[in-house]
Amino acid sequence: MQQSSKNRIWNIAKREMRQLSARPIYLFSMVFAPLFSALFFITLMDEGLPTELPIAVVDLDNSSTSRGLIRQLDAFGQTAVTLRTASFEEARKEMQSGSIYGIYRIPKDFATLAAQGKQPKLSFYTNNASLIAGSLLFRDMKTISVLAGGSVGLQVGLAKGQTESQIMGQLQPISIDTVTLGNPWLNYSVYLNNIIIPGILQLMIFLVTVFSIGNEIKLGTSRDWLQQSGNSLLKALLGKLLPHTVIFTTVGLSITYILYGVSSFPLQSGWLPMVAAMVLLVLAAQAMGVFMIGVLPTLRLGLSFASLFGMVAFSITGFTFPVKAMYPPLQALSELFPLRHYFLIYVDQALNGRALYYTWTEYVILASFMLLPLFVGRNLKRALLYFNYIP
Amino acid sequence: MNLLHIIKEGIQDTCYIWKSELNLIFKDSGVMIFFFLVPFAYPVLYGLIYNNEVVREAQLVVVDHCDTQSSREFIRRINGTPDVDVVYYANNMDEAKDKLDRKEAYGILEIPSNFSSDIHTGKRTTVSLYSDMSCLLYYKNYLIAATEASFDFGKEMVQSLHPSTTREEGKIAVNPIPYESVAMFNPANGFGSFILPAILILVIQQTLILGICMLGGTAREKNRFHTLVPISKHYHGTLRIVLGKSLAYIILYILTCCWVLIIVPALFDLPQHVDIGTLGLFVLPYLFACIFFSITLSGFVISREAPMLLFVFTSVILLFISGVSWPMHSINGFWRILAYAFPSTAGVQGFVAINSMGATLNEVAFEYHVLWIQTGVYFITACLVYRYQIIRSRKLLLKGSELMKQK
Repeated sequence: MQQSSKNRIWNIAKREMRQLSARPIYLFSMVFAPLFSALFFITLMDEGLPTELPIAVVDLDNSSTSRGLIRQLDAFGQTAVTLRTASFEEARKEMQSGSIYGIYRIPKDFATLAAQGKQPKLSFYTNNASLIAGSLLFRDMKTISVLAGGSVGLQVGLAKGQTESQIMGQLQPISIDTVTLGNPWLNYSVYLNNIIIPGILQLMIFLVTVFSIGNEIKLGTSRDWLQQSGNSLLKALLGKLLPHTVIFTTVGLSITYILYGVSSFPLQSGWLPMVAAMVLLVLAAQAMGVFMIGVLPTLRLGLSFASLFGMVAFSITGFTFPVKAMYPPLQALSELFPLRHYFLIYVDQALNGRALYYTWTEYVILASFMLLPLFVGRNLKRALLYFNYIP
Repeated sequence: MNLLHIIKEGIQDTCYIWKSELNLIFKDSGVMIFFFLVPFAYPVLYGLIYNNEVVREAQLVVVDHCDTQSSREFIRRINGTPDVDVVYYANNMDEAKDKLDRKEAYGILEIPSNFSSDIHTGKRTTVSLYSDMSCLLYYKNYLIAATEASFDFGKEMVQSLHPSTTREEGKIAVNPIPYESVAMFNPANGFGSFILPAILILVIQQTLILGICMLGGTAREKNRFHTLVPISKHYHGTLRIVLGKSLAYIILYILTCCWVLIIVPALFDLPQHVDIGTLGLFVLPYLFACIFFSITLSGFVISREAPMLLFVFTSVILLFISGVSWPMHSINGFWRILAYAFPSTAGVQGFVAINSMGATLNEVAFEYHVLWIQTGVYFITACLVYRYQIIRSRKLLLKGSELMKQK
């Protein structure tokens, strides 16, 4: 009896649901891994910026002026003075052992020299092997040094009979007012998690798609699967991947909700553009997964490909180190990653709220990933019919 | 049987298991990918991605409402820094924002119309800097370039305003307390110099986990009763199995470590203040801890390919929990405890200190102790895993033979 296409797809989908529920590894990698990662990254960075980073102060002056300076520095949100010492060597050792991230050095006779206008020099050292801590402490220690100069300058100037506005015009003739568009708090959680968490989802989609198709070849059930579809690879894939799509989309939209609902990350564009981006990311990653097992129809090679590709995505997407600063071949390579296009959509829509006019091409590219399986259809079908499992 | 005989047999069995484990590894192309291809190729790939280290010439749009000689000179100063490239002069903010929308630039510098008059009358003037926050490194470039230019240019302008005072006095008025900042251990402030050492250490642990668990999963699939240990007279003692296998892994990974931890950093000019002896002493417990940890995990893997689904994604989590990008100091509570369950955390902390900061074992004593404790704990758990597997396969064997008799 000739089955209708719909029927066939539905039957394969039911068969797939039985397989998914039979092995706990599917539940683990489709639901637990992405949601656990979301929980991890959101709670790890819930302060937005690391606070109270420990530093050492080498105070060779030890006057009321220098102590006041240290108190002010300690009062900054990112800085905590945990060690006061007269030995720079001791501070440096502490930095090597990782217990402090910065050293602030106040020279001998600082207060006296400053009052005499002899320009004593303040020095600060940051541990830039830890880039985030280093740059945050740089900011605080620089601010306090500028303030110190300001207060001394003010005293000297006032003594000379200048007005405050004259003095400020001398000390800092040009001030810079920075506007950080979309992320005024310089929040690292916003900056990193918007891409890392969808990145983990993408990785798991690659792996699960390859795993579930590769396993049919490994267990010798691929012929049976293809037969149920009436020998149509398209129907076979649709039926098999449909349950995955439903689960991954649910998990993906939960992530969207965690990011923009629970954590209230900037969402200038409203929900729809990011919901659409997430749905397309899921579909594009699934198509990419089919492509991977189609190119390398051995389970372990397919999975290795998926792992490599999924992990490199975190770097080549360019949300930490910009793509434009990479070698040109790597710039071209970045286009092949669905996450890269998701990232560009996120920057335009959620972060900056730009008109759709600037972004629609990224949606089209993301959607066109779904054409990828067409290129490997023949290879994959041959593998499903004739390949034996090679461990 | 006397003790001497047991010891002799033990050593023989250990050597046998060591040899057959090496055989298994070299015959299994899947494991070879993890033990050789990934540790050799992956660091190179990451090295290439981050090789440019810093962002140069970030594109900037300028809106110059003042348009005088001094404002143009100020812009020229900013453009002159290696960090920033002024790509466009816009007539108004809307036009400038359009450039950002089109991704032709990532920041806007707006100079007010009173810029020149303020400066020449000794009043403080304020320029505005807008930065797209899609990438923090662009923001940093704009800020550094603008700060430097405004400081230098401002100083010169003030000095030219007060020609009467001596040069020395002028300097003091402008800059009563100079300051200097030193970026230690990563002088170029490079992104690769910061993230790569952590990735390198992590690659060692993750490939060991994946490879050893794949070997375990394969044994489970192949062996008669789906246990980890084959039925063979050599596989009777827990200690022999764990030691024999570990010996095989450690010999392979001493080579891998030379490549990953010494040659790769040199290849990509990463900060390397390393003392080989210190590094060797530190890496030894790291390898032991990773190997015993992996053997423990392999007790819970029942199929050959499953490890990739289980463990690959943890690399991202472990990188963040290791305290190199998000400072360890800000990782608290449960995550801190979880972090120290993995050898990679102490491994990364220690390696960064030794490699990038030239620390000796004294400075990394805490991490060093943690790794030896982990070695001890995971050695015991690894033995427990194999003890359980041996007992189980014996029971199944007994049951099997009883069933045979009944028939």
